Amino acid sequence: MITTLSKDNVSITREQDVVPFRNRVKEQAVRIGMGLVNQTKLITAASELVRNMIRYAGQGEVRIEVVSKGREAGIRLIFSDNGPGIPDINLAMQDGYSTGKSLGLGLPGTRRLVNEFDIKSTVGQGTTVTILKWKNG
Amino acid sequence: MGPFLLVTIQIDLYDRLALNLETDLVNMVHKTGARGVLIDISAVSIVDSFMGRILGNIASMTRVLDAETVVVGMQPAVAITLIELGLSLTGVHTALDVERGMALLQSKLDPDEELANDNDNDVE
Ligand SMILES: Nc1ncnc2c1ncn2[C@@H]1O[C@H](COP(=O)(O)OP(=O)(O)OP(=O)(O)O)[C@@H](O)[C@H]1O
Ligand SMILES: [Mg+2]
Repeated sequence: MITTLSKDNVSITREQDVVPFRNRVKEQAVRIGMGLVNQTKLITAASELVRNMIRYAGQGEVRIEVVSKGREAGIRLIFSDNGPGIPDINLAMQDGYSTGKSLGLGLPGTRRLVNEFDIKSTVGQGTTVTILKWKNG
Repeated sequence: MGPFLLVTIQIDLYDRLALNLETDLVNMVHKTGARGVLIDISAVSIVDSFMGRILGNIASMTRVLDAETVVVGMQPAVAITLIELGLSLTGVHTALDVERGMALLQSKLDPDEELANDNDNDVE
């Protein structure tokens, strides 16, 4: 069972919010003693998702959670927006698929960088992406 | 041989700044006739797909202006993450540090000189 030890909400409205947001994630990762490589993977994943949020939904909110399962600690990030939603998630999760004339790396790459990845989206309502990185994961 | 430009990125850039860097650098290469660009990213802790794309763009734009770009000093954690993310940085040369980056640029521009450099390489 995963227990949430602390939570913190950050609202994202513009690209200048990206770097401070990344720093908040880093703070928590450092706090639980996550190693540099895992930290870098987590923050890079977070950066991709927050960029998608700004780009496709305009704005949104991220919840930063410190979680634990037994002796293992981790960071869970929940990105939620009220943007246009994603019509075909399987397609969006494919390497190279982009409606933004980009590389289409963000979602599939993010999934590779974290331990748990979940995406829910409803057209016209918005998108929620949840990722979890264990300290030693 | 034209001069080399050395750019050190000191902070994690947000998007607009990174785009500015791209334009500024390309303009500088054009203005100075530089044949090589060294981008030192040793102080950069995160390279996501956006930043990676900027580096790739700089490399291909400077190549059109007859200059080579070498990215130096990428932190190991950043390199590992980029590979897992799936970003290949195609067309971007990389080197461990500024010195080696400089040597790489020199060898690209003048293969003969590189041989001479190799012979009197008394560093470390
Ligand atoms: N929050 C979101 N709201 C609406 N659509 C989204 C959202 N996130 C992603 N998408 C859709 O999923 C597609 C794939 O996203 P992904 O991040 O993988 O690639 P990209 O953003 O197009 O390119 P890259 O991330 O490589 O720059 C996007 O092109 C977009 O159509
Ligand atoms: Mg993306």
